[in-house]
Amino acid sequence: MPDSRGQGAVTSSSDLDYRGRDWYVDKAVSVLVFVGGISAIVLILGIFVFITREGVGFVFGPMEVWEFFTSPFWRPTSLSEPTYGILALMAGTASVTGLAMLIAVPFSLGAAIFIGEFATGRMRESLKVLVEMLAAIPSVVWGFIGLTIMNPLIIETFDVPIGLGVLNSGIILGLMAAPIMTTIAEDALKAVPDAYREAAEAMGATKWQVIFKVVLPAAKNGLMAAVLLGVGRGFGETMAVLMASGHSINLPTSVFDSVRALTATIAAELGEAPVGSEHYRALFTIGIFLFGITFIINLAADIFVRSGDKR
Amino acid sequence: MNRFFKSAPAVLFLLACGGGSGDRVVIQNRGSDTLVNVAQAWAERYAEVNPAVAVAVTGGGSGTGIAAMINGTVDIANASREMRESELEDALARGVSPVEHIVGFDALAVFLHPSNPIDAISRAELAQIYAEGGSFVSWTDLGVTVPGCSSGEIIRISRQNNSGTYAYFQEAVLLGDEFKLGSRDMNGSSEVVELVANTPCAIGYSGLAYASDHVKMPCVSGDEGSPCVTPSKESALDHSYPIARSLLMYTAGEPTGAIAEYMNWIKSTEGQCIILRLGYAPLSQVTCA
Repeated sequence: MPDSRGQGAVTSSSDLDYRGRDWYVDKAVSVLVFVGGISAIVLILGIFVFITREGVGFVFGPMEVWEFFTSPFWRPTSLSEPTYGILALMAGTASVTGLAMLIAVPFSLGAAIFIGEFATGRMRESLKVLVEMLAAIPSVVWGFIGLTIMNPLIIETFDVPIGLGVLNSGIILGLMAAPIMTTIAEDALKAVPDAYREAAEAMGATKWQVIFKVVLPAAKNGLMAAVLLGVGRGFGETMAVLMASGHSINLPTSVFDSVRALTATIAAELGEAPVGSEHYRALFTIGIFLFGITFIINLAADIFVRSGDKR
Repeated sequence: MNRFFKSAPAVLFLLACGGGSGDRVVIQNRGSDTLVNVAQAWAERYAEVNPAVAVAVTGGGSGTGIAAMINGTVDIANASREMRESELEDALARGVSPVEHIVGFDALAVFLHPSNPIDAISRAELAQIYAEGGSFVSWTDLGVTVPGCSSGEIIRISRQNNSGTYAYFQEAVLLGDEFKLGSRDMNGSSEVVELVANTPCAIGYSGLAYASDHVKMPCVSGDEGSPCVTPSKESALDHSYPIARSLLMYTAGEPTGAIAEYMNWIKSTEGQCIILRLGYAPLSQVTCA
């Protein structure tokens, strides 16, 4: 059959051109998968454009960049002279996330090593399910635990005036970040080929020597990614930190000091800031800043994972 | 988040009803979170009183409501503070002359932990505690030691900086001065009460309607020599309590038609009994069923 349409000729022959139910289902599913695949990119770009559009009027308008990052005075609704300084807020976020990581890293690495290298059978499966359930607790519940249970507990245990602060929110955030870190760290340990372990054991290494000298170094990049994703989780967490940190503009000097996080400030103030006002735009500028930090952290985690894959 | 959940059912209800009944008048009502519960109770009851009118209530804060009233997107703005000079100028510049309606009163109670021995506090003392430059940082500055608060430090509990309650406290107690930074700024009145109830060193403030049995409310005296008055609906109503605020609604110009009828109904005995039941003081003494 003479053909001037190239490849189309084959499918246009009458019996192959039949478009039945299967053909439409096939087409629909491939479109659905494609849309699903690019939706993350579209959404993230959309969010970025939105945040930037709302905040840009402040960045190029009344914002004094130096003051914004170095002044601890956040007084956006002052009647006489509003000041926009996020130093205390950055210190709050950093101190809470830092303490959370100090708590979460040993716990989640320990849990991952136990689940991945020691636990077997039922024990292993039930532990995995339990750790994942921990991740499913809503953050407002964690915050409420911080406000009503941890606060009096810290006051009594340490004899401090108030239990809302770096310690309280650090513990809560540590517990919230641990499940994610455990799951990813365990995956990283699992990715180490059994041949490595067998080789080490064949050379007479004890179980601990195998783990410390062989498995952990081999899984280094994956573990680093787990920690970084935990840090990202800490930076982004809002509700629990808002409730457990005391939400107080303060440069912390001890773990008992109340602090205020960047995310919590946006959450608390955005709802009542008149749309388009200087205050509203300043809050979105914090949003741009947070977006940038989270992006860098996730990118770093991704690079670590990739460099691990290559080897 | 709170206010969203509170107002969501009413909005959904109205959306559900709005579809069928063609020529219903819908009054848009937005603003103060302090007033959102009351505004919603009014709207629900009014739907029975006058089925031809639907009132859609949303929260968002006093400032949001006032801005929306100036823009013409809502008919009535709820506010727990008076309009600012800048807001008034903005309104006049757009050819809107806002009319203020007082719809009730709210006593701003001061909360202390039950173990705190203080029974009376003055406005000036509160300003020393809360205002920038104020000298009171320890409970011994007020001449007391609080059991369970060994450091003696006064833990100031406040509200987030754009709440109407915060703004009223700043105006009436701090006389317009700045707040000392470093207070614990809670995101809702009930969180203030919850935290004070659990913290012996703490002091906090919020609307009387949020008081619980787990906190202590000292009497408050105004200017020097004036008597110390316990916060209550009665003392807010007869204006003897020094830090009671008016709860306000603003309309763009004198209200007419359905809006005027609604405002009048709010000020009637039936409307005022609703505000009384929700813990605020009515405009005048009312007898409720």
